Amino acid sequence: MAYFIFFLLSIVTIAAVVFFLISKNPANNALLLILAFTCTGGLFGIMGASFIAVVQIIIYAGAIMILFVFVIMMINVREGIPAEKRKWTAYLSVAVALVFLAELFLTIRGTLQPAGTAAVEQVSDPTSLGRLLFTSYLYPFEITSVLIIAALVGALVLVKKKEES
Amino acid sequence: MIPSSYFIVLSIVLFFLGALGFLIKRDLITQFMSVEIMLNAANIAFIAFARSAGSLDGQIIVFFVITVAGAEAAIGLAIILLIFKQKKTIKTEDINLLKG
Repeated sequence: MAYFIFFLLSIVTIAAVVFFLISKNPANNALLLILAFTCTGGLFGIMGASFIAVVQIIIYAGAIMILFVFVIMMINVREGIPAEKRKWTAYLSVAVALVFLAELFLTIRGTLQPAGTAAVEQVSDPTSLGRLLFTSYLYPFEITSVLIIAALVGALVLVKKKEES
Repeated sequence: MIPSSYFIVLSIVLFFLGALGFLIKRDLITQFMSVEIMLNAANIAFIAFARSAGSLDGQIIVFFVITVAGAEAAIGLAIILLIFKQKKTIKTEDINLLKG
C-alpha cells in the first residue's frame, strides 16, 4: 500500500513538472507547480515527516505559489512566450542537463546501496521538532527572523513608488 | 517501509527537471518557478537522508529552506515586477542590458 501511494505521488509530481516544461502559459505553470508541491508534501508524509508535510502544503503550495499567481496576474502575459528563435540553445540546454543528471547519479551511486536504507523509526511530532529548533538550532532560527525582516523591508523598498519632488 | 534510495532517485530526477526548466524557459517567472522545483528536490533529499540517518536535523534544515524560499520569492518577484515596469517585458531575450 505504501509503495502504491509512493509511486502514485511521485508519478503525479514528475508528470506535473514535465507538463510544466511543455506548457507555455505561466498561469497553467503555476497551477501545475501547486499540484507538484502538494504531492511532494504527501511524499514527506510517507517519509514520516508529518509536520514538514503540513508546512509544505500550507506555506509552499498555499502561500509562496499564490504569490507567484498574483504576480502573473499583475504582469498579465497575454500571448505567452513564443517558441525560441535559436533552437540550438534548447538542444544544448537539454544536453547539459542530461550530463548533469548523469553526474548526480554517479555521485550518489554509493548511497543507493541497501546500507543506506537501514531506516530507524523516529518520532517526528512537532514537540521534538520544536525542542530541537529552540535548543541546537536557536541561532540559525534567530538569524532567519532577521532574514525575513530584511526580505520584507527589501520588497517594500523595491516596489515603492518614487515620489516626484 | 520504502527504501530511502527511491526518494533520492526521485529527488535527483526532480532536480534535473528543474535545472532543465531553468535552462530552456524564456521568461523570468517560469525560470523562477524552476528554481523552486530544485529547492523542493533538495528538500526531498534532505528528508530522505534524515530518515535513513534516524535524526531530525534534516527536517530542521527543510524548515530553513522553506523560510529562505519564502524570502527569496518575495524579493525575486518584487524585482521581476520592477523589470516589467521598466521594460514592459519579462522575456530574458529582451533584457540584454549587459550584452556587449
